[in-house]
Amino acid sequence: MNPWLRRMVPVAVLALAATGCSTGDGSSSDDTDLKGKTVNVIGTWGGDEQAAFLKMVEPWEQQTGAKVKYTGTRDINTVLTTGVASGVLPDLAGLPGPGQMAEYAKAGKLLPLDDVLDIDTYRADTAPALVELGKTEGKIHGVFIKAAIKGLIWYNPKVYDYGANPPKTWADLTTQAKANQGKAKNIWCLGLESGAASGWPATDWIEDLVLRTAGPEVYVKWYEGKVKWSDPAIRRAFQMYVDEVVANGYGGGKTAVATNFGNAGDPLFASPAGCQFLHQASFITGFSQFKSHKAGTDYNFMPFPDIDPQYSGAVEGAGDLFGMFKDTPAAKSLMKYLVTAQAQDIWVKAGGALSANKNAASYPDDVSKRSAEILANAKTFVFDASDSMPTAMNDAFWKATVALTNGSKNIDQVLGDLDNAQKDAYES
Amino acid sequence: MDSRLITAVQVVVGVPAVLIAYVWLTERLLAATSNRWQRRVRPWLWLAPALGFLGFFLVYPTIRTIMRSMYGKNELKQEFVGLDNYRWFFTNSDALGSLLNNVLWLVFFTAFTVGIGLLVAVLVDRVRYEALAKSIIFLPLAISMVAAGVIWKFMYDYKPPGSTQTGTVNALIGTLGLGPVGWLQSPGFRLSTFALIAVMVWMWTGFAMVIISAALKGIDPELLEAARVDGASEWQVFRRVTLPLLGPTLAVVSTTMIITSLKMFDIVYTLTSGNYDTEVVANLMIKQMFTFGDFGRASAVAVVLLLAIVPIMAFNIRKFRTQESIR
Amino acid sequence: MTAVATPKASGTARAGARRPARPRRRLALHLAVVALMVLWAVPTVGLLVSSFRPQSELSTSGWWTAFAPPYHFTMDNYRDVFQQSGIGEAFVNSLFIAIPATIIPLFVAAFAAYAFSWMEFPGRDLLFVVVVGLLVVPLQTTLIPVLKLFAEWGLTGQFLSVWLAHTGYGLPFAVYLLRNFMGSLPRAVFESAYMDGASHVTAFFRLAVPMSVPAFAALAIFQFLFVWNDLLVALIYIGLANSDNLPMTAAIANLVNSLGGGWYLLGAAAFVSMALPLGVFFLLQRYFVRGIVGGAVKG
Repeated sequence: MNPWLRRMVPVAVLALAATGCSTGDGSSSDDTDLKGKTVNVIGTWGGDEQAAFLKMVEPWEQQTGAKVKYTGTRDINTVLTTGVASGVLPDLAGLPGPGQMAEYAKAGKLLPLDDVLDIDTYRADTAPALVELGKTEGKIHGVFIKAAIKGLIWYNPKVYDYGANPPKTWADLTTQAKANQGKAKNIWCLGLESGAASGWPATDWIEDLVLRTAGPEVYVKWYEGKVKWSDPAIRRAFQMYVDEVVANGYGGGKTAVATNFGNAGDPLFASPAGCQFLHQASFITGFSQFKSHKAGTDYNFMPFPDIDPQYSGAVEGAGDLFGMFKDTPAAKSLMKYLVTAQAQDIWVKAGGALSANKNAASYPDDVSKRSAEILANAKTFVFDASDSMPTAMNDAFWKATVALTNGSKNIDQVLGDLDNAQKDAYES
Repeated sequence: MDSRLITAVQVVVGVPAVLIAYVWLTERLLAATSNRWQRRVRPWLWLAPALGFLGFFLVYPTIRTIMRSMYGKNELKQEFVGLDNYRWFFTNSDALGSLLNNVLWLVFFTAFTVGIGLLVAVLVDRVRYEALAKSIIFLPLAISMVAAGVIWKFMYDYKPPGSTQTGTVNALIGTLGLGPVGWLQSPGFRLSTFALIAVMVWMWTGFAMVIISAALKGIDPELLEAARVDGASEWQVFRRVTLPLLGPTLAVVSTTMIITSLKMFDIVYTLTSGNYDTEVVANLMIKQMFTFGDFGRASAVAVVLLLAIVPIMAFNIRKFRTQESIR
Repeated sequence: MTAVATPKASGTARAGARRPARPRRRLALHLAVVALMVLWAVPTVGLLVSSFRPQSELSTSGWWTAFAPPYHFTMDNYRDVFQQSGIGEAFVNSLFIAIPATIIPLFVAAFAAYAFSWMEFPGRDLLFVVVVGLLVVPLQTTLIPVLKLFAEWGLTGQFLSVWLAHTGYGLPFAVYLLRNFMGSLPRAVFESAYMDGASHVTAFFRLAVPMSVPAFAALAIFQFLFVWNDLLVALIYIGLANSDNLPMTAAIANLVNSLGGGWYLLGAAAFVSMALPLGVFFLLQRYFVRGIVGGAVKG
C-alpha cells in the first residue's frame, strides 16, 4: 500500500461508519486534498437513474469538496470504444459488460481496484459471485454498482393470488396456471422490443430454462462458448420456450416482438386481464403500469420455480459494472465511496435497483426487499449468460430469439445460425 | 456574460474577418507577380482553407480507414490479414442482405424524396399559403432522430387483433376493416424496410424541397412567360422549360440523397435494430466498430461504401462538363 | 457594375409567374397541396398531442382519443423536461456550438465554391468530385484519429473542437451546393464584369455572393439543423472530457434511463428543442423568394 493510500484509509472508514462497520477518527485534513478537484464520470444512467446517482455522490462531494461531472449516454459502447482507442478517458465509467471490462483491462486501460477499495469490507459486504465476476486476470477491475435479479415471475394478486401457495416446480406452476385459465386471456405476457437490444427478454427466458434444466455448469460452459447451441441441453430450452411460453403468450409471437418490454406487463392490470404472468427482472417495477400501481397489493412476484430438482436454488442476476480509468486521488476516493453501504443505501432508496452490498437495506417496499434477499441468499448465483458472451454472440442471440418468436425462423434454422456465429465470435 | 460568450463572438466575427483578410492579403501578394503565375496559384489560395479542413477531418481518417481494413480485429497486436475482412463481407449472408436493402433504400428513398420534393416545390409556388405549406413539409427535418423514433413507434404501433389499436396507421386501416399489420416486424416482401424508408422520406423531403424551391425561384419568370405567350400549356412549360433549368439542382439533390441513403443507419438502429431483414450496410459498420470492437471489418465496410459512390461521382463529372459547356 | 449586383424587388416578377387558371384546376391544386400538408403533419401532430398526455394513457390509447371526453391533458411532461438538471445551461451551450459551427463553414465553402466555379486550373473537376465524394465518409470512422490529435492539442472538451469538426464535416455538402449554384449563374454577367476590370475579389463579393443568397440561406438552415441536432460529435469531442459543455441533445437523451424508461418525455423535449431551428427557418424564408437572383441577372 503506498503512503498516499495509507492516509486515505481513514476517510473511507469514516464513510463506512454509518453502517457500523468500524470506529475511527478520520482526520479531515485528508479531505482538503481533494477540494476543488473534479471527477469525470461516464455512465449509461439517465432520467431517474441519473438523479439517483447524483444524489448518491452528494455526501461525498460535501465531505471532500470535490465535484463529480457526470455524462450520461446510452451509447456507452461508442463513447468508450472511441475513448479507449484514442486515449481520452473519463476518470470513472460504467462498463457495457464483462466482455468489454476484460478487454479494457487486458489493454491496460482499466485499472485494478484491489488497492483502491477497502478490500476486506468489500468482500464481506458483497455477494461472492459478483466479486468474482469483477475480476480479470486475478485482479478486481470492476465493481457491481447496481444489481438486478433476473427471472422473477410477476402476477396480479387481484386476478389470482399465487402468494398463498406459491408453485414450487415448473410442473406445479403450469398446472395451477391451467386451472386458472378462465381468469386471464392467456398465461404469459411477453414483450421483446427494446430498440437496438430487442430480444433480450427472450434470451433471459432461455437462460432461465437452461439454468434449471441443464444446471449451472452447462450454463457457464455455454456462455464461454464451450457448448454448442445445437447441443441437446440448449436445444431443449429453446423448445420449451417455443412450446410453453410463446404458444401460451398473450397475442402470440407477433405481438410479443412488437411489444416493448417495458409495456409487456400492461395486460396484467387490464380488465379482463390479458395474462397471468410476466417473466421479468426486478427492475420492471420502474416501468409503465408497474410504476402507477402499488407493490404488494396490485402486483407481486414469485421466484422462478425449479424444473430439475438437482439444480434447485440457482438464481440468475445482472448488474451495472463500474471501473476506473484514471489513477487520481479524487477518482480513487469516489470509487471507494461508491461501493460502501452508505452510498448504496441512497441508490436503493430511490427504488428500481438492488444493491450488491448486503448492508444496503433501505429498500422502499417489501417487493424490492424480497428480491434483494434472493440476491443475497442465492445458493448458486450466475450472471446473465448473454451479457457474459462476446458482444457479437450476444447480438446474434438477441436476433435469433426475435426471429424465433416472430415465427420467421424455426428452431433448427436459429440454432444453425447461432452455431455459425459462435465459431466466429469467440476467436479474437 | 462569460468567457464562452467572448470566445463565441470572437469566432463569429473573427473567422469571417480572418478569411476575408486572408483573401485580400493573398490578392495583394499575387498582384506583385506575373499574370500567368496569378492564374496558376490563385485557385489554390482560395481553396486552401477548405482543403485544409477536409484533409484533416475527412481525408486523413479515410486513408487510415483504408489501411485499417486490411488488419485483424485485435487493436493491441495488429496483424495484417490482407483482404480477409472484405472476404467476410462478401460471403456473409447478413452483409449481403444488407447490401440488397441498401439498393432498395437508394432507389426508393431517392426517388420519393426528390420526386415529392419537386412536386411540393412546384405546387406551393402557385398558392398563397406557400410559407405555411413549406414549413409543414420542412418541419420533420428539424426533429431529432430520437424524437423521430418515438413518433414512428406511435405511428406503427401494433396491438393484437381484437384489441384497441393505439398506432395511428393500424387504427386508420382498422376503420377500413383491414389489419392490424406489424409494420416494423414483417420481413416478408421487405415490408419493414419500406416502412423505414417511409419514415426517412417523411424526414428528408423537406430538404429536397428547400433546395429545389430555391432553384425554382431563381428561374427568370420572363422565360416562362415567353413560353406561355407562345401558347405552351402549363405542363409543356414545366416539361420543356422549368425541368431542364432545374436539371443541375435535381442532380445535386439526387446525389446528396443517394449518399444519404447509403449512409443511412440511425432509423434502422432505433426502430428495428436490423431485425426482420431491415439491416443496412452502415448499421453493420457501426455495430462492428462500436459494439463488437472489430475495427478491421468496420473499416472494410466503410471502404465498400466509398467504392459504391464511384459511379455516382463519374456521373457528376460528366454533368459538370456539360454544365460548363452550356452556361 | 453596381447596378448589376443590386437585388431587385420581387413584386412584379412574382405576379408575372402566375396567371389565371381554370377554377377546377385551382381546386385540384389546392387539394393536392392540402393533402400533402395533412399527410406530413399527422405524425408531428400526434407527437404534439401525446406530449400533453399523461404517461399512463400513452401506451393504452391512441393520441386522437384525447379529443374525446374525458379530456386528460397535462403539462407534467414539459415540467419534467424543464426540470432536467442543467437543461438551461445545455440550451446556452447548444447556441454557443451551433452559431459559429454554422457561420465558419459557410465562409470557407463560399471561397472554395467560387474557385471551383470561376477559376480555371488543371484537375479542377476531379478535385471537385473528390470533395463531393467525401460526403460518403461515415463520420464514425473519423472520430478516433481526430480525437487523438485533439487530445494532443488540448482541444477536447472545448467548444473550439466541435466548431472545427462541424466545419470539416459540413464542408463537402456546402461546397457542392454552392458550387452548383454559383456555377449556374450566367457566364455573361461575370465576363462583362471581368472585361470592366473587376478582380476575382470584386466579382466574388459584388456578384457571386449576392446572387447566391438563396443557396446561402438554405445551407445556413441545414448546417444549423445538423449541428443543433447532433449528439455524437458533441459526446465524443466534448462529453469525454468536460460534461459542462455538452449541448441540449445530450441533456434530452438523458431524460431516458438506461433501459428506456422515461421515453414519453421525449415528445415534449422534441418540441422544446425544435422551436429554435423552426424560428431560424421562418426567419430565412424571406430569402427564398423569386427575384433575388433574377433581378440581379437582369440589371
